[in-house]
Amino acid sequence: MEVTLAHYLFVAAALLTIGVFGIFVNRKNVIIILMSIELVLLAVNINLVAFSAYLQNLEGQIFAMLVLTVAAAEAAVGLAILVTYFRNRGNIAVEDINQMRG
Amino acid sequence: MQFSPEVLIVVGPLIAAAFAGLLQRYIGDRAAMALTTASVGLSLVLSWPIFIDFVWGEGHERVFELFRFIDVAGFTSTWSVRVDTMSAIMLVVVNTVSFLVHLYSWGYMSEDPHKARFFSYLSFFTFSMLALVTANDFLQMFFGWEGVGVASYLLIGFWFRKRSANDAAIKAFISNRVGDFGFALGIMAVFFCYGSIQFDTVFEAAAANPGLVIGVGEVQFNAIEVICFLLFIGAMGKSAQFFLHVWLPDAMEGPTPVSALIHAATMVTAGVFMVSRCGELYHMAPLASGFVTIIGATTALFAATVGLAQNDIKRVIAYSTCSQLGYMFFAAGVGAYNAAMFHLFTHAFFKALLFLGAGSVIHGLHHEQDMRYMGGVRKPMAITWAMMTIGTFALIGFGIPGLGGFAGFYSKDAIIEAAYGSHGIGAQFAFWCGVTAALLTSFYSWRLAFMTFEGKYRGNPDAHHDDHAHGDADAHDDHGHDTHAKPADGSAPAHESPWVMLIPLFVLAAGAIAAGAIFAPYFLGEHAEAFWNHAIPLAHGEGHHDFPAWVIWAPLTVTVTGFIFAVIFYLWKPNAPKAMAKGPVWAFLYNKWYFDEIYDFIFVKGARAIGDLFWKVGDQKIIDGLGPDGVAASSNFFSRNLRRLQTGFVYHYSFLMLIAAVAFGAYAILSGLGASR
Repeated sequence: MEVTLAHYLFVAAALLTIGVFGIFVNRKNVIIILMSIELVLLAVNINLVAFSAYLQNLEGQIFAMLVLTVAAAEAAVGLAILVTYFRNRGNIAVEDINQMRG
Repeated sequence: MQFSPEVLIVVGPLIAAAFAGLLQRYIGDRAAMALTTASVGLSLVLSWPIFIDFVWGEGHERVFELFRFIDVAGFTSTWSVRVDTMSAIMLVVVNTVSFLVHLYSWGYMSEDPHKARFFSYLSFFTFSMLALVTANDFLQMFFGWEGVGVASYLLIGFWFRKRSANDAAIKAFISNRVGDFGFALGIMAVFFCYGSIQFDTVFEAAAANPGLVIGVGEVQFNAIEVICFLLFIGAMGKSAQFFLHVWLPDAMEGPTPVSALIHAATMVTAGVFMVSRCGELYHMAPLASGFVTIIGATTALFAATVGLAQNDIKRVIAYSTCSQLGYMFFAAGVGAYNAAMFHLFTHAFFKALLFLGAGSVIHGLHHEQDMRYMGGVRKPMAITWAMMTIGTFALIGFGIPGLGGFAGFYSKDAIIEAAYGSHGIGAQFAFWCGVTAALLTSFYSWRLAFMTFEGKYRGNPDAHHDDHAHGDADAHDDHGHDTHAKPADGSAPAHESPWVMLIPLFVLAAGAIAAGAIFAPYFLGEHAEAFWNHAIPLAHGEGHHDFPAWVIWAPLTVTVTGFIFAVIFYLWKPNAPKAMAKGPVWAFLYNKWYFDEIYDFIFVKGARAIGDLFWKVGDQKIIDGLGPDGVAASSNFFSRNLRRLQTGFVYHYSFLMLIAAVAFGAYAILSGLGASR
């Protein structure tokens, strides 16, 4: 079986869905939300790389590198915020983070 | 601005009132009293020569313009002092009574803690009344009109700690407001029709165009009739005529000198003065004059009947005032303006005398006003008794036709004869009302005299009737009854009033005796044409000899009849009135024809019902419900529901974000956005 573009896109879509559901359905831990965001970004990366290979255009791969960089930075900032939050509240359960409730 | 004695007459009392009222803390009671009394005394001294000049000299009409009050777009009003026969009469009436009342108040108010305030009010009243009578246009007259209203309010409510006094003051103010509304409308109508409010200009314009109509569309009325009618509404309020009379008897809550000055001798006559001043208009308005006649005659009779049944000495005199004002009005209504003014003139003397005499009795009996608890006062207060008797004779108009009599005789008989001789609307009705009222006047006047002065003292010699006293801390405790030995002969434990209170009585008694005889030829008789000098329209060809003998003798007959009835009921058979007092007629009269109850039901309760409607439905439900309260409630409702959207959970917000992003994406794809590439 030849691996076509559609397979890549399918895997990417699956990853995106898993990531989104990871964000919304998860009630336990903020770290899982961060991980889910990484999944979403990775799904985007797969799309970019797949199209880059398909279209014989390197721009997509360059863009993928950029996304990885941003994802790394985002993970660092997110974890930093998380650490500070844990220090302040002693707890990182998602259900308890509703300070902005009206 | 010209300076002259005439101006000083008017302005002097104002300055004194301001000093006494505003600086009373610094100058003290005595200085305030002296200042106000002196300024009114000065006005008195200055005004008598003017009057005498008009009577016996070459009095000429003159106007002193002080300064412009309003000068806007063709509407001008000037503060001025107009001196003509009318104002000269009023100047002496106002200043004489006012000065005597000032003097009398030195004695009557001697124990009051607020003397300076009282005298300041009195002087302010005097100023307002003088401004009214010397007005040269309707606006200044209205100013004086309102000024005396304010002074009246302040003085009725002078003993402000007394609930009834406050109520009476407010009642007087509101009743007058009804009339003033008519008066103000009348002035507006005058300006609307004639473009001026100056008396002379208006009278000339009215005479030049008697057919002028005023109205809206198809509804047109004769302008002069409308103006006269509206102005008379004002006079009804100020002069306590039928329908608007309710405030006058209650006004007796004020100190007695006030009753004498304002509610008997001067202020209440302002309406008569105004109607006479506008006589040029009224004699061109037969319908409005007819209305004046009928209201005046009704008041004369009505007030006299009520006067029969009252027990409060001041109320009897108050109703008598009301009745006499009715006489003046129907005289003016039938065109006898000179008779109306003459009755005003004589009435001022004898009614002030009666009031001050009653005040003397009240003072002597420690603020007892109820005649049922008087009696036997003649012996201890002989001077007051004599003066009151003179006043009574003058009030009932005692006199023998052809020979002469007391002051009231000349004026009242002239009015009754004028009504008989007139062909105006309601004149015959007025004649019969006048004669009947004369009978009743005689009866209740002698009833008052007998109940107060004759018989045995009926009061409780040991008890103060403090419900009639001031209710203030200034009740007369310091000379209680224990200082008087109980008289054995049934006369009252009273004391004669001090000289400062008796001297005004002497002066007024002299006026009550002689004012009629001296001035009748000028007001009514052969010198009238020269005396009035076109100040008011005179009925021509009027003479006493034109009337049948029975008309001329009728007033004397009914007066004597009334006297005889009073003697029978109150001297020979003192128990007869008590039996009568149980009947429904007596209750009807005692309750003043139930006017207060009717007005309470219609106006007070009605106003309260309307107020409740607007308050509870209009304001609370509609305005508040749709306005502030409604907006607040609905925003509260929406925000309460909206805040549920803000859960605070990050995944909710991001889910919403995703939904929105998907929706925008879907919209972009479906609408073909970006498909152009």
